[in-house]
Amino acid sequence: MTPRRDGLALIARFGPPLTIAILAGPVVAGLLGTVLPAFGYLPALGGTAFGLDAFKSLLAMPGIGRSALLSLATGLASAVLSLAIVMVFLAGWAGTRSFARVRSMISPLLSVPHAAAAFGLTFLIAPSGLLARLVSPGLTGWERPPDLLIVNDPNGLALIAGLVVKEVPFLLLIALAALPQIKLVETRALAASLGYGRIAGFLYLAWPQLYGRIRLAVFAVIAFAASVVDVALILGPTTPATLSVRLVGWMNDPNLSMRFVAAAGAVLQLGVVVAALGLWLVLERVFAALRNAMAARGLRLRRDAGIRHAALGLMTASGIIVGAGLVALGLWSVAGLWQFPDPLPSAFTLRAWTSALPRIAAPLGTTLWAGALSTLIALVLTLLCLLRERDTGRTVGKGALALIYLPLVVPQIAFLFGLQFLFLSFDFVARFPALVLAHLVFVLPYVFLSLSDTWRAFDPRYEAIAAGLGKSRWRTLIAIRLPMMVRPILTAAAVGFAVSVAQYLPTLLIGAGRLPTITTEAVALAAGGARRTIGVYAFLQMLLPAVGFAIAILVPALLFRQRRAMQA
Amino acid sequence: MIGRFLAAATLGAVFGANAALANPDPADWDSVKEAARGQTVYFNAWGGSENINSYLEWAAGELRAHHGIELVHVKLDDTTSAVASVVAEKAAGRTEGGTIDLIWINGENFASMKEQDLLFSPGWAESLPNWRYVDFENQSTIRTDFTVPVEGLESPWGMAKLVFFHDEAETPADTMPDSADELLGWARENPGRFTYPQPPDFIGSSFIKQILSEQVADRSVLLEPVDDATFEDIAAPVFAYLDELHPLMWRQGRAYPQNYPAMKQLLADNEVDITFAFNPAEASAAIANGELPDTVRSFTFSGGTLANTHFVSIPYNSSAKEGALVTADFLLSPQAQARKQDPAIWGDPTVLSLEKLDGEDRARFEALDLGVATLAPDELGPAIDEPHPSWMDRLEAEWRKRYGVAN
Repeated sequence: MTPRRDGLALIARFGPPLTIAILAGPVVAGLLGTVLPAFGYLPALGGTAFGLDAFKSLLAMPGIGRSALLSLATGLASAVLSLAIVMVFLAGWAGTRSFARVRSMISPLLSVPHAAAAFGLTFLIAPSGLLARLVSPGLTGWERPPDLLIVNDPNGLALIAGLVVKEVPFLLLIALAALPQIKLVETRALAASLGYGRIAGFLYLAWPQLYGRIRLAVFAVIAFAASVVDVALILGPTTPATLSVRLVGWMNDPNLSMRFVAAAGAVLQLGVVVAALGLWLVLERVFAALRNAMAARGLRLRRDAGIRHAALGLMTASGIIVGAGLVALGLWSVAGLWQFPDPLPSAFTLRAWTSALPRIAAPLGTTLWAGALSTLIALVLTLLCLLRERDTGRTVGKGALALIYLPLVVPQIAFLFGLQFLFLSFDFVARFPALVLAHLVFVLPYVFLSLSDTWRAFDPRYEAIAAGLGKSRWRTLIAIRLPMMVRPILTAAAVGFAVSVAQYLPTLLIGAGRLPTITTEAVALAAGGARRTIGVYAFLQMLLPAVGFAIAILVPALLFRQRRAMQA
Repeated sequence: MIGRFLAAATLGAVFGANAALANPDPADWDSVKEAARGQTVYFNAWGGSENINSYLEWAAGELRAHHGIELVHVKLDDTTSAVASVVAEKAAGRTEGGTIDLIWINGENFASMKEQDLLFSPGWAESLPNWRYVDFENQSTIRTDFTVPVEGLESPWGMAKLVFFHDEAETPADTMPDSADELLGWARENPGRFTYPQPPDFIGSSFIKQILSEQVADRSVLLEPVDDATFEDIAAPVFAYLDELHPLMWRQGRAYPQNYPAMKQLLADNEVDITFAFNPAEASAAIANGELPDTVRSFTFSGGTLANTHFVSIPYNSSAKEGALVTADFLLSPQAQARKQDPAIWGDPTVLSLEKLDGEDRARFEALDLGVATLAPDELGPAIDEPHPSWMDRLEAEWRKRYGVAN
């Protein structure tokens, strides 16, 4: 019996090609728009001959080697650290009660945009920050903040810390999604019965399977960290800055010949990411060899409580740091005069809020609309792809999965630069649809990744019964599948919305400054160092995704309040 | 019904296009005001300071209420990015319907836009109705911006003078330096307690120019464009000065605040003892805002500090030139200028001459309380002219080469 050809199947056919076009189109076109000018071809600016002049100028930039090295090192180091924390934490705690507690912390943590977390960290760890205030002058004797270089240190340690606290929850979320696919309980029992410690047992038996499933996400983290702009602007070194930060400066240089240098720089940035990924592949092998050697020698690591607690501590710390940073942000947003070393402001005032609120309306509207529209489109496309999967009976293969990760692995800056120029020549810059499209490129992968596993795990018998009762696919979808999937769909929407809210570079470049969002306003103000206002904006920046997640939790709870089996 | 709507829309588009094509003539002010009604003016202005943003919010409300103009403040972290946008639009062939209608500008950005013919011309600023109040006779920088003749291509908005601030509760006034050399001596005794924003930040670069102006033997060479043959000799004392100053600075010169507000926060946090700004009322405004303690005071150098004027200008491809003209005129009005000079609002000194105002408008200014931390005009010390913009370019490039890369 062939499935009835109905409208839904027809529409679903358009899902995969559209998705591929939206994911790959801007990336490929943008990369082309970056690579051509890098080699001298940009007729609008009088570049008609191919050559290497732009690269020569790039290499002549003072400190360019150090900038590139900084991007490489901070990107790689933050990824190694985050993955190590997640790995050891999973090894030591997956399946326990502490694990469930940490698990509930993830969504709120993920919803904090990178820039807000970075601000929070600055307010916390600077020599005049909240931590120093709390212990001064009592413990330290500091009447004045010590002259210590903590934030913006030349080696990017603050930048690495800022990246780690945000990458840890992301990697943990991805790992959690993959965890049900490996037989954790059985594996644990087997390892324990052979006398292996929790960590060793997990690393030898479960980790290889798990890592294979989260590897692309790790690549995305490396690519992101090695090319991040907003976090590096806030926490990164300035003498010189990382390559990505300098690139943005060159793009905005009034001297147009700098556009060629910026394009060459974007190609170099691409090279930095490729190099980081290459180094990562080497590290993977080194680690695998090390693990195999340990396993072959029968190292059981039975007394691993110390490591386990350290991992739990680090995991909790990354949450607490983000949380405390947000408290610091909130405090500054209502602070009157707040001098060092006072642990609390001498006066509280809503001045920053009342002066900022009237100006927030427009960016807030842009943020909400861009987020809502890009999330909605991403949801529809994802659903169509998943429906199509069932019609063809094939799930996305490795190739298609790589495609979904494409916008996450190719550094944003490398293709947004070309995309901006492309849009400019079609008079498409600073227009709202362009902004939604630019956001969609990044929202779509996250929505797809967070929805697809649950969707596929849905028990097909519900739909089979409905079909057996003669219901059309439309009706089955609307009456059976979608209601039962409300929770994961809303969660995916909340993730997508959070991703859209956090977009800095696409909004800046494609919006050309005329479509400001809460995030671009916050980062622009960060440059101003006005703590109170940053507090207001960063707080809002964090509030929006949090509201999204709250809706994703509350709506199903209300809908299903009379259906016990549907309550999580 | 729909047909009529479409016809109206098409007509509107045609007339709109025509209006954009014909450049407005400010001499015919009534028709400029008429055409400006209903326009949206994208004002690209540095957005790193909340009190300035608030002021522009107020201006937008006034323009909406009295002129039917929608003023949108596009917040920049650096004015050069606005210049870059106009340049990119020109390169992409967008010679009308540009995305920027008004730019807050002066100095090197003005010089660069003027040189590349990116400004609305011929000169319009001196035809604005409120120009009649402008104090161009006494303030030479209103008609000469960093040695470049203004020629009416930008309209004055406010006056600036380099002024230093310190907290009297921490550092007594009589220990404060009175020249760049004394500042270096002070830093030797107080290591780690001074810094300046990292060039090419405007304020940071201005500090370098202040040193240059004090260290150069003959200040008149700075009024001419940089001559490659002599640059190194002339600039050598500046870099000798900085070589010695940097290890004595905050974070030993290994990190810098990124701009003025960041530096102001360092004073508030007691991380440094001396800061400086181009707005003499800046400290009073910050005290009024609760950002600085009320013990902060101002001082300048008796040998003089840099002084200039800042302006607003209109790109040649603006899509709302009439609206931009009316906005520029509004910003020049006694009402707007008086509000701007109020330290509780912004504290930026006026470009108007009080003698040219009528009694009521003059009273607005005389009623202002300039604040405890603001020096009276006669205490501000002599004004040093800004060097030619090419000096800033060269100094910034040289700075980046020497200090912008870790050592």
